[in-house]
Amino acid sequence: MGLQTPLFAEHERLRARIVPFGGWDMPLHYGSQIEEHHAVRRDAGLFDVSHMRVVDLEGPAAQGLLRGLLANDVARLRVQGKALYSCMLNPEGGVIDDLIVYLRDEPQAPTRYRLVVNAGTADKDLAWIGARARGLDLTLTPRTDLAMIAVQGPQARAKAASVIPAELREAALALAPFVSAESGDWFIGRTGYTGEDGFELMLPADQAPSVWRALVEAGVRPCGLGARDTLRLEAGMNLYGQDMDETVGPLESGLAWTLAFDPADRGFVGRPALDAQRGCAGLRRFVGLVLEGRGVLRGHQKVYADGREVGEITSGGFAPTLERSIAFARIAPDAGPNLAVDIRGRLEPVRLVKTTFVRNGKPVA
Amino acid sequence: MSTVPAELKYSQSHEWVQDNGDGTVTVGITDHAQEALGDLVFVELPEIGRKVAMEEACAVVESVKAASDIYSPLAGEVTEVNAELVDAPETINQDPYAAGWIFKLRLADAGQLDALMDAAAYTAVADEH
Repeated sequence: MGLQTPLFAEHERLRARIVPFGGWDMPLHYGSQIEEHHAVRRDAGLFDVSHMRVVDLEGPAAQGLLRGLLANDVARLRVQGKALYSCMLNPEGGVIDDLIVYLRDEPQAPTRYRLVVNAGTADKDLAWIGARARGLDLTLTPRTDLAMIAVQGPQARAKAASVIPAELREAALALAPFVSAESGDWFIGRTGYTGEDGFELMLPADQAPSVWRALVEAGVRPCGLGARDTLRLEAGMNLYGQDMDETVGPLESGLAWTLAFDPADRGFVGRPALDAQRGCAGLRRFVGLVLEGRGVLRGHQKVYADGREVGEITSGGFAPTLERSIAFARIAPDAGPNLAVDIRGRLEPVRLVKTTFVRNGKPVA
Repeated sequence: MSTVPAELKYSQSHEWVQDNGDGTVTVGITDHAQEALGDLVFVELPEIGRKVAMEEACAVVESVKAASDIYSPLAGEVTEVNAELVDAPETINQDPYAAGWIFKLRLADAGQLDALMDAAAYTAVADEH
């Protein structure tokens, strides 16, 4: 049996189908994964994401440590509460984890950051960061006392307003995208992993069940990991361990946009490896695929161009918003444009597109 | 809890079989199976006229979660398929024992029906999973 979040009893009460994920017992769906997906695209859904690890990093040395550890640059955070998506790399340029970092105090003299890292990699991440933090003037605090609930969808913020503590409500509703506000142990970011508007709420674990129930009563539909996966896939968002890992770096995973090479004198772990790769002609492309016919694209299926194997699918599935199957794939630089995927022994034609398939409820591809 | 109609026969691989009384049977997947698979998004049907052996894979259902072979519970020839499923695979989730039927077989040997499980025996199998 895996670890249980503070909301486990709620999932059982809602008759969720529970599956192991990253060491945790998590809800896969509460009946229909597709209906949950549509609820987020059209109205509002809520997710228990308490398995993700919140880590606070505080002290005068915090900024310097993060600037040396992350491939994106926390010096780009110029507004209090602002969030940044980044990869944390190993010296070979592979990805140890991808994470969100929030700046919690004044950008003029930043000392307080909050990281949110993946569940399955959290212990490894903490060991990695901790080893580099040793002897520095900062504290590293895993916040296992907090739960995390994502409320996502066009109506998410309006429907979540009633559960937000009064002293934080106005600030939360006024947040710009990718910015957070906090009060006491409540922390609210206008962030998410679905391609829709919404909030991610971090709050004391003991308050989580009543907040969860209040959101359900406000008409927000409980959604499991299944819908979370199809929503992020449609939105063109990578999943660590599938789309990139310690052996495959950001340049081959569609994550070049998250790399801060300027200023040129900012050294960060993995930079020399990336600098060496950047000029290479052999870098594989990270692309989106749409299946023209029927069937389902899935991870590890092989991609072919004119009969030649050119790569494989990293994430795939049925996209409920598009009512067809989509995928991310990593393919040879010279592959295309006539691609096909081997689905159970048959070559099925696919269309090459950008990796963002849906944004704000509407198909892009 | 999933339902297991008493009047049907069942295979170990979670297909149900309805004896039509004229040498043919109707085949689908059980409520337990559709629940375990999750929302179905694609069904690949066998060709009409295809001769299948007992326990031969002859159709595919794909859910949001995984692809799964459907095995013919008995030997015979495919006489009919449920073409409605091509555009509405979710019918299997909604009504696995009626509108969600998958194919019909003319049996090679009607005696084989006796080898299948009854509802009580299948309930015990389903409960183990």
